[in-house]
Amino acid sequence: MSRYDQMFQRLKTENAGAFIPFVTIGDPSLDRSYAIIRQLILSGADALELGLPFSDPIADGPTIQQANIRALESDVTTQDCLDVIARIRQEFPDTPIGLLLYSNLIMAKGLPTFYQDCANSGVDSVLVADVPVRESQPFRNAAKQAGIEPVFIVPPHVTDETLRAVASYSRGYTYLLSRAGVTGAETKANMPPEVMINKLLEYRAAPPVLGFGISSPTQVEQAISAGASGAISGSAIVNIIEQNLHDQNSLLEKLGKFVTEMKAATVRN
Amino acid sequence: MTLAVCSCQKLFVPALEQLEQAYIAAMDDDAFHSEFNALLKDYAGRPTPLTLCRNLTEGTKTKIYLKREDLLHGGAHKTNQVLGQALLTKRMGKTRVIAETGAGQHGVATALACALLGLEARIYMGAKDIDRQQPNVFRMKLMGAEVIPVTSGSGTLKDAVNEAMRDWASTYEESHYLLGTAAGPHPFPTIVRDFQKMIGEESKQQILAAEGKLPDMVLACVGGGSNAIGMFNDFIKEEAVKLVGVEPGGKGLDSGLHGAALAVIDKGIDSTGILHGAYTHIMQNPDGQIEESYSISAGLDYPAVGPQHAHLKAIGRADYVAINDDEALDAFQVLAKKEGIIPAVESSHALAYALKLAKESPEKEQVLLVNLSGRGDKDLAHVHAVLSEQNKQNTESK
Ligand SMILES: Cc1ncc(COP(=O)(O)O)c(C=O)c1O
Repeated sequence: MSRYDQMFQRLKTENAGAFIPFVTIGDPSLDRSYAIIRQLILSGADALELGLPFSDPIADGPTIQQANIRALESDVTTQDCLDVIARIRQEFPDTPIGLLLYSNLIMAKGLPTFYQDCANSGVDSVLVADVPVRESQPFRNAAKQAGIEPVFIVPPHVTDETLRAVASYSRGYTYLLSRAGVTGAETKANMPPEVMINKLLEYRAAPPVLGFGISSPTQVEQAISAGASGAISGSAIVNIIEQNLHDQNSLLEKLGKFVTEMKAATVRN
Repeated sequence: MTLAVCSCQKLFVPALEQLEQAYIAAMDDDAFHSEFNALLKDYAGRPTPLTLCRNLTEGTKTKIYLKREDLLHGGAHKTNQVLGQALLTKRMGKTRVIAETGAGQHGVATALACALLGLEARIYMGAKDIDRQQPNVFRMKLMGAEVIPVTSGSGTLKDAVNEAMRDWASTYEESHYLLGTAAGPHPFPTIVRDFQKMIGEESKQQILAAEGKLPDMVLACVGGGSNAIGMFNDFIKEEAVKLVGVEPGGKGLDSGLHGAALAVIDKGIDSTGILHGAYTHIMQNPDGQIEESYSISAGLDYPAVGPQHAHLKAIGRADYVAINDDEALDAFQVLAKKEGIIPAVESSHALAYALKLAKESPEKEQVLLVNLSGRGDKDLAHVHAVLSEQNKQNTESK
């Protein structure tokens, strides 16, 4: 059973959803980023969604763009990021780790090599932000070869055909957008997710997890009671990093508090 | 995956599908074609002339013909395809247009089409480009467009594309992204080519009328690739005609300061990758991080090239060469002095390569067809500043 399956099974017995924080690896530096990621798990994160820094993150709003820039300014390479994951994996053998990235980072290494490197460092899933499901076959094949689970996003205003394809190809979990647009905590989640969640369940998709614009415990609660199996929060987390760049201790403390509150909101009552 | 097949951005796949359908329907609709053609003729001034240079190639046996897209309304070839896409915008029932611009020529074309057709225009432009293309910024504003400075990244065209795509991801229900070149995700490269292909079709008729035969070579500058693919398209099947795309060599290919994604392949650099939803050739580092391009010409300052050119290069049908800043500046001045035409700095790259060929083989009888994609009014202040600086340095070193 995959780490995601094990996690969702455990959460079922706890009558809770998953809380999955997102950060960009290497933001603001490799060492600090390692400590930040550790803190996320220690404070209650069920799984991690980690971004590989990219020069042109077109699916991201200003907050995560800045995170990418900070990481690249400290000369972080793809291998450095995978090394951080390997360190985390050693300490936390059970936490599912997803990678979110842009396709050119994969192309640069070659598909088989890239996915194998991911597997070697303990990555569970890879979500390619700029490859839609209809063009995803080479990526899916390479993922399968290496034993990596490909995750797909259900885009807004999706056709039934695309939804079925996402449902059948996404492994580990299904990434459901809570609104149209790029990432960011400035624009709140605004789409009623129930309809889509029910359809995904009907099509036997991997557990739907809601993301984009989720920045408060209330939104996590809403996502879970709408039937989502979890919630991803990115920009709100990265905001905390950005606002505490000068002081790593207070950064870790605030991050820990936020994650604990968000996690608490995943429990169904 | 084969080269030239596009990969799309998943956040606006529905918008791309809608665009593709609207485009296919429009292509089958006579009313669309007659409206487009009427606008091209009565508003934009098509067909544009073909001019044989009288003095430029003196002392050689080369004839250079210029396809005068500089005389098109708006001052560059950009107006052609913008009118087409603006009509598609109306067909899709959308009211708002987003665009990116580098030199400002695509922004100007978008602004004028939106003014004409009653659409709202929001134009993203790199902050660095805003500085070097002031007159075009004012033109866009005069025609009612909103110009939004982009400071992220290098503050040039690629960053403006990023910002425009982010806007589109959340607004596509009422907005059309009017992409300015033959790059980006499918169906843009196809649409842009089809709305620019009259350049080559007219040129072919005109040169046959003038020379009684096809040219030996067709040349065009390549930024994203729209004027070049528009010029090349009708000649691709004419195997005897050489096709040459001229990329911005900046300060030289070895300096790293250039925008020549295709010309570097001949230097052994593998530049295949994915940017802005197209699988093509890109300037990048070993990790796949996109590098900042450099060129004196804002319109060519883009680190990738459209997938059709990647394909023409791959099958060996077209050659791609680089012309550096100084060579382009020389051609800019020579055309002004010898023919009384001030070309865009972008188009000067294509002309510079034609002049180089004429000089290299003065005894060779050859007919070269150059796409003069735009006029140089927008570049006057920038070129003036660069030349003054060079003069100053020359006097100081004497
Ligand atoms: C006059 C002119 N020529 C060429 C270009 C380059 O674009 P493309 O390669 O799409 O023709 C531009 C772009 O702004 C331009 O203004």
